[in-house]
Amino acid sequence: MDRPLRLVQAAPPVTQLARVIEALLVVASQPLSVEELAAAAADDAARVEEALQLVAARFAEGESGIVLEHVAGGYAFRASRDAAEACGRLFERPVERGLSQAALETLAIVAYLGPCSRPDIARVRGVAADSVVANLVERGLLAEAGRSDDAGAIEYRTTPLFERIFGLGSLAELPRLDDLGGDAAEIRKRLEQIAASRGA
Amino acid sequence: MLAREFVLDLDAFEGPFDLLLSLVLRDELELVDIDLVEVVVAFVERLAERDEIDLEDCGEFLVLISSLLELKARGLFPDEADELAELEPEEAAEELARRLAEYRRMKAAAAWLTDRLAAEGDRFFRLGPAPLAPRPERKLAPQAPALLAEALRALAIPPKAVSLRHMELRFPPVSQFLDRFRSVLARRRRFDFDTEVAGLPRVDQAVAFLALLELRKAGEVELEQGAPFAPIRVSRLDLSLEDDAAATAPAAVAAQEGTTWTARSA
Repeated sequence: MDRPLRLVQAAPPVTQLARVIEALLVVASQPLSVEELAAAAADDAARVEEALQLVAARFAEGESGIVLEHVAGGYAFRASRDAAEACGRLFERPVERGLSQAALETLAIVAYLGPCSRPDIARVRGVAADSVVANLVERGLLAEAGRSDDAGAIEYRTTPLFERIFGLGSLAELPRLDDLGGDAAEIRKRLEQIAASRGA
Repeated sequence: MLAREFVLDLDAFEGPFDLLLSLVLRDELELVDIDLVEVVVAFVERLAERDEIDLEDCGEFLVLISSLLELKARGLFPDEADELAELEPEEAAEELARRLAEYRRMKAAAAWLTDRLAAEGDRFFRLGPAPLAPRPERKLAPQAPALLAEALRALAIPPKAVSLRHMELRFPPVSQFLDRFRSVLARRRRFDFDTEVAGLPRVDQAVAFLALLELRKAGEVELEQGAPFAPIRVSRLDLSLEDDAAATAPAAVAAQEGTTWTARSA
């Protein structure tokens, strides 16, 4: 009896947990985070992640018509890409249909600088943002995020739906602003060139 | 000159463009109230009515409308104007470049989003009725429930019923005094009206007096008063002795006796 008595934990195997997670993701209408899955499955977060790997392997592009994706800070099922055409014949997607250039710029500003108010957006774009913001709120891509501390203007942020529509795991997956160009020094140089050519 | 003379019909102003300009310059009209787009549209409409375009006209209009726009912009953002006015030309150029750079980055980000949308266009997923976004909490000032309860308690007490006693003037029935005097007269041959009704309210005394007149009219009593305001003495006329029927049918007898009484008193 030199070995200590080991308690045999009757934890269900991860495969069983994976089946529970599949079920949870099927009934959910929005991405579920690991914490939410763990709470619903009454299991450990680490084991949930392990199980999610099993689910991801099973529901992968090319393997199944349903695909597990990490999106908007959680996990969700979507249709596989090869079924997109068929899905498109069945459903319309009004949320992202006909997003104007102004709407996309506004989304970009809120995604990078948010939460920010309509005056903040107008400052960057140089035109009033009221109707664009109202339209994006109606589409569910922007949502109110309280009021600013100084002026008390309503501030907006992007919604999880925005991340989902654009297939972003989180806002951190947006490209870095510095990588997008728009170097102030370079613009300055060009402005001066223009001024010089005018003066000449 | 078309540019100055064409007539405007705006919400805030009606008249030639020229007048609008001078009113604005004399600070008699707030530019904030003027929709400059409508001015431009009106000008373009006038222009379209003409066969050929007068470049000088157009040039003048452009200069005027752009200075109006600048004035309006300064009016709308006075703080920013101050802020920018304080800047040295060098700093102003820096600020302008910074803002342009910011906008350019946002345009690039929007382009990235457009590409992303095109690339992710074939992703289909189920959309729930309620997005995940939690509703923003509307903050309330700190509340004191005890104060609210106190205020409501004060409201919950039913108000006192308003007394209408002063409005009612109740007349006791004459019959009440008829009965009373008859019973008094059954015991005594005569009584003093004033002592009998002493202590009663004025209304009751008046009704009692009516009853007395009624009794006299019926010939049941005889009234005496020594002088005005002197006590009224009431004495019984013994009808039962004169007519037995009086006890059983006093009203009929009263009517009958009334005539004799009148004759006697007259």
